[in-house]
Formats: sequence, C-alpha cells, structure tokens
Amino acid sequence: MSTERGFSKQALAARIAADIPDGSYVNLGIGMPTLVGDALPADKEILLHSENGILGMGPSPTPEQYDAELINAGKQPVTLLTGGSIFHHTDSFMMMRGGHLDICVLGGFEVSEHGDLANWSTGDTSIAPAVGGAMDLAVGAKQVFAMMTHRTKDGRSKVVRSCSYPLTAARAVTRLYTDLAVIAIEDDGMHLVELAPGISLDEVREATEPELHV
Amino acid sequence: MIDKRVGGLAEAVEGIDDGATILVSGFGDAGIPVELCHAVLDRGVRDLTIVTNNGGSGETDIAALIREKRVAKLICSYPRSTGSHWFKQRWDEGALELELVPQGTLSERMRAAGAGLGGFFTPTGAETELAQGKETRMINGRLHVLEQPLPGDFALVHAQQADRWGNLTYHLAARNFGPTMATAAATTIVQVREFVELGGLNPEHIITPGIFVDRIVEVG
Repeated sequence: MSTERGFSKQALAARIAADIPDGSYVNLGIGMPTLVGDALPADKEILLHSENGILGMGPSPTPEQYDAELINAGKQPVTLLTGGSIFHHTDSFMMMRGGHLDICVLGGFEVSEHGDLANWSTGDTSIAPAVGGAMDLAVGAKQVFAMMTHRTKDGRSKVVRSCSYPLTAARAVTRLYTDLAVIAIEDDGMHLVELAPGISLDEVREATEPELHV
Repeated sequence: MIDKRVGGLAEAVEGIDDGATILVSGFGDAGIPVELCHAVLDRGVRDLTIVTNNGGSGETDIAALIREKRVAKLICSYPRSTGSHWFKQRWDEGALELELVPQGTLSERMRAAGAGLGGFFTPTGAETELAQGKETRMINGRLHVLEQPLPGDFALVHAQQADRWGNLTYHLAARNFGPTMATAAATTIVQVREFVELGGLNPEHIITPGIFVDRIVEVG
C-alpha cells in the first residue's frame, strides 16, 4: 500500500484503534489485525483477549520477561498486563462465541455486501485446510471489524456481491476497513463512512463490486 | 489411600493400545506433554486418533508420532503451522486422515463429553462447508449446527503442580486445553513439573480437581 495515497497498514491500524471505545474487550486476529494492538492509545483501558486463554494481553516481552508458556494466538511471546487473567480454552471460546467480546478485528480474503466473511480457505484442496478460531470469533463478537486491502495484488476486488471463497461466517462483518475506505455494513448493504486520504469516491466505487451508499 | 503417582513414563502410558483415541493438550508449543508423547511413541502403538489443536512442529512429540506413522487420524483446528512439515508430508501422501474442527467447537465437544452431554447446537460454522451434512436448527432466529461429544480413551495433559490426589495447577497459557481434556477421557494421564505434598495447593487455586485425573508422572 502506498503511503502517499490511501491508508498505509499502520494508518489503517490507527484508524481502527480510534474506533475502539475505552473499556472494550477486543480480540485481534492473526496477521494485519495485530498491528491494531500497537496503535491503541495509552489513555484508554482496552483489554486484549487471546483465544488460548488470556485476557489483558500486553506487548512483546523484554528478555527478562520472556516465558515460553505465555504466547498469543499467533504463537508469539507476549506479556500479561497487571490485572490480566488466564483461563482454559473452553472458557476462552465461551467468551468468544457467547457474545462477551465487544469487538474482534479479522483479516479477510473477501467481504460481501451483506457482511459474509471469507478468511480461512481459498478452496485449494491440494493444501490441508486449517481454520483455528476464526469461525467462533466471527459468529460471536458483538462487532466484527474486517481489515484488509480493498483489492488483490492483481487488482481484483475483495469487496464483493457474493464471496467466491468458502465462508468463515455469514452476515458477520459490521465494519470494513481497507486501504481505500471505511465502510459500514447494514441490513440494506454497504455505506461509506470515510474515504482514505487522497482517495476519490469514484475510485472506491470502481474497486467495490456492490453498490456503495453515500 | 489415594495415590495417583506412577513411577515413570512407561508405566504412565500403560494400556494405550493400537487404535486408541488420545486427547493431547497444548497450543503451539505451550502445554504439550512432550515426554508422554515420546512414551507413547516408545510403546510402539499404531493407528492412533490424535485430538489436539495443532499438527505438531519440528521433530518432537506430535510431529514425531506423525513422522513415525503412528497416527491414522488427526482431529484438530489448525494443523498447518510453522514447522509442521511432518503433518504436511503425511497429509500430502494421503497417509493421514484429517478432521478439521473450528477451535471452539473442538474444545466444546470435549467439554460435552466430560459433562455427560449428548452434544450441543452452536452457531459456529453454520452456512459454511465445515457444517455440511450436519443437522441444523433455527434457535432464536439464528441457524445453529448440531455437534457431537468428543471423548478420548486417554488424555495426555501437561500441568505445573500436582498432589498425590491428582489436583492440578497450570502455568500461564500452558493451561489451554488441559482442564477440558482431563474431564473428557476414560483415563487421564498428566505430566507435571513438580509434585507437592497433599495440602500444598491452595484449594481455591486448584484448576483441575483430582477426580478428573488417573495417573501423574513428574517430569522436572
């Protein structure tokens, strides 16, 4: 992504972080969404959840803090904030599936007009499938934010009328954050919230398959 | 007198035979009962069904069991990880059956087994290919999928401390699937870093009560 026009990955992470209210319980998916953690403002108490049983996850450890048995969903070492807690997997997924998390931020291969999310499989049967906790998060969090580039590297739109890849969850995404725009997904379809810096409405519409309400 | 401590790893895995279904704790490299997996390997058993979150990595524990062709079927949520080359090789060869289960459903299916439930309806996976062929039901306006309990013949669990009654504590995020798996197997075998005297654990800090544990072995 260009730093001149559109949101850079870091700018997009900061834009998402600005939409997360103080006091929220949040899960950040593997990949690009982890950047949101670094962008959270220090003056808000936002508790990060990790599917493997952590609430109140802190930043990467110093060598003195390192513990091989304190890792995040991406298996990277992390720390625990003062007041953080540890619980087992079934409780962790109860938090996720049971609607206790306020927001999850997930990466996406495709997001449809009605909020269908495809982010776990390209349908390539020559590669062993793997899903992890994505389906539980997508059905369970109160709000599901998708964070992704608007188009594939070869220019195809990832914001589609109907997903061509296998679904992670149907009608799940409430807000879509891309390098080109912020889009709210409501019962009647997609609504533009904000254009990225230097991006025109025509450009977003060109890159978006479904109708974009303004 | 109750004393669930056993003398060594070979004794800990006695009774695990060909075709057993084994629940193995761990998420990534945290909480894997490495030494118990190697004891199963040394026992020479085959055609195992292994239920665990990942597909093993490197050359040890679950990866070693897959490398040595002891695993007929893997039930897991995320088999592809950095270093899971033995899973990849055996799957590519068609030598390893995979049942892919969303992670929360994997955990809850074992919870259902431990809790004596006949299954549960979950919204996870509804309208996706992982729910194909499964019974569905609309509950409160939302489509749910019927999932079956997932019991084990054995569970291999990694814990931090144990007393001779089998009460357990865990260290940080190495807890993960351990407490649920301990409830879901006919025989639960636990490797711990440290034995403590009965009374040495604060009752309010015990995560797995000893009723769920059958054998304990200390592995420094």
